[in-house]
Amino acid sequence: MNSTRNSVLGDWVFLNLTRSAAIFVLLMLAGTIASLVYGAWPAIARFGIGFLWSGEWNPPAERFGALIPIYGTLATSLVALVIAVPVSFGIALFLTEMAPVWLKRPLGIAIELLAGIPSIVYGMWGLLVFAPVFSKYAQPLLANTLGKLPVIGELFSGPGLGIGILSAGVVLAIMTIPFIASVMRDVFDVTPAMLKESAYGVGATTWEVVWNVVLPYTKVGVIGGVMLGLGRALGETMAVTFLIGNMNVFGGFSLFLPGNSIASALANEFAEAESAIYTASLIELGLILFFITFIVLSLSKLLLMQLSRQEGMTT
Amino acid sequence: MLIRTLRNARITAVSLLAIASASAADITGAGATFPAPIYGKWAEAYQKATGNKMNYQSIGSGGGIKQINAKTVDFGASDMPLKPEELEKQGLVQFPTVIGGEVLAYNLPGIKTGDIRLTGAVLADIYLGKIVKWNDKAIADLNPKTQLPDQPIAVVRRADGSGTTFIFTNYLSKVSPEWKQKVGEGTAVQWPVGLGGKGNEGVSAFVQRLPGSIGYIEFAYAKQNKLTYALLQNAAGNYPVPSDTTFQAAAAGADWNKSAFYEILTNAPGKDAWPISGATFILMQKLQDKPVQGLEALKFFDWAYKNGAKMADELDYVALPESVIKLIHAAWVNIKDTSGKPVWTGK
Repeated sequence: MNSTRNSVLGDWVFLNLTRSAAIFVLLMLAGTIASLVYGAWPAIARFGIGFLWSGEWNPPAERFGALIPIYGTLATSLVALVIAVPVSFGIALFLTEMAPVWLKRPLGIAIELLAGIPSIVYGMWGLLVFAPVFSKYAQPLLANTLGKLPVIGELFSGPGLGIGILSAGVVLAIMTIPFIASVMRDVFDVTPAMLKESAYGVGATTWEVVWNVVLPYTKVGVIGGVMLGLGRALGETMAVTFLIGNMNVFGGFSLFLPGNSIASALANEFAEAESAIYTASLIELGLILFFITFIVLSLSKLLLMQLSRQEGMTT
Repeated sequence: MLIRTLRNARITAVSLLAIASASAADITGAGATFPAPIYGKWAEAYQKATGNKMNYQSIGSGGGIKQINAKTVDFGASDMPLKPEELEKQGLVQFPTVIGGEVLAYNLPGIKTGDIRLTGAVLADIYLGKIVKWNDKAIADLNPKTQLPDQPIAVVRRADGSGTTFIFTNYLSKVSPEWKQKVGEGTAVQWPVGLGGKGNEGVSAFVQRLPGSIGYIEFAYAKQNKLTYALLQNAAGNYPVPSDTTFQAAAAGADWNKSAFYEILTNAPGKDAWPISGATFILMQKLQDKPVQGLEALKFFDWAYKNGAKMADELDYVALPESVIKLIHAAWVNIKDTSGKPVWTGK
């Protein structure tokens, strides 16, 4: 009798504890949005919606716009994903399907260790080691090959200084690979052996097994991993600051040119931003980054819903 | 049981009070990063000499101004002086502590320090993107003896908001009407050209790495990293060599008195004055709610003016000339307690 009452009370306490933990997260989120909007309000009131597509960032004249940092944030993240996703896929594929057993563990641990390196270290390494090598060898090579193509060539034109959107994107790719690769490896590992063995049994090659069995089975996890990497790339601050060149004027679409990202602008300018409208504009940049992340997450959810709907139609 | 807990609590409260009163002589300040090393060094020596502590948090000039306005610190520090009307509005007093200078470091293999001379106008045109090659006629005319390479100029500047940038852009605004109108001055500006490095070390790293680059950095960094730097023409038409004496010459020529210390030592008139010098400043509340704390802060700076010059020199800062220190002491009478009595008693 007594013990039943105790367990009822225990259930009630436990339910409310977990519920308040969940509510706490929502409160944190709402609080963050509210304080960002409150802090950004002078800038929102002054510049309105035009803040989003004004390319001017002029502190002495107190005219601010977010276009350049938004462009830099998206461009570096996109470059990072274009490089990181195929490489991570290769790593995960090798680790789960092809690597000899004795190599799997050390290699897996090595990749996870890479994820633990602080971003400032990537930034310093990028500036002092990577950028000189990149400008001396990789950029001339890119300019002479891809740079000669129509349309795409535009992205690889101009002098390569080793500092700019492309360099920042490449270092971001190196930083995101461990995240994407380890998630991909984990989800590839959970594909039931029975499914794979059956496919191998009917004579499928490793590639066919991965492409037609493993990937469809794990696509939710794979997309989740890519989104995790993208999230990291969008918000990365220190490494980008060192490499992007921090230029607030739009010079063209070449990836060799310096640019700026939202996180980098915040890190660089917040401490010395003195006037109220300057601070408010920086906070509004933070708010925009928040929304970009939100939109990216929503899009990935939509993509997943779309995929599962198509699945329903074909089977 | 309950009584004992209460008694314990009371004992704890009493001992906490005791700690609070023992640390009453401790002062706190926050602000600019540029003078942080010297304030830290002074604080250490001051504690050894007097037993009193000074805590300084280098959070940036903007943060320093916000903190002193919120009265969370005893003094704020800023590399950018506030205009007299701003001071009046915010009820603050400011005074300088140490001076520093900035030089233009360049990376041109084979061309040594002092081999390149620039005028303010030419420098502004480089930073405006109007002069793009080292062998441009404007530069060549100033340096007939130097073999200038046919190489593009890679302009380097600070990416982060900084008092260093404020002093540099203030100088360019003074010497180039076009710069003043198009870009202006501030801790961060909309640069027409150039790569942004983070901090003095970021700019130094870019300059060391990129052939053909030029960038403005604190003199101390140029010295420590053994960078080559240009000579600049000052307002008197001379080309002084950057050093303690030429930075001090810039400070000595300024008319500190009339402007509530709102003096930016750029393009200063003296014949030996280095054209891009600047002081760093302390901000304090004019009306002290806690006059004891205010007095302790002033005592610290008084001690630093008397004993800190050598330490400043070791860290490549320049102490203020005696004449300026006299003016600062005189200005301290404006810092008053709630009854209207000056906090500083002159001892």
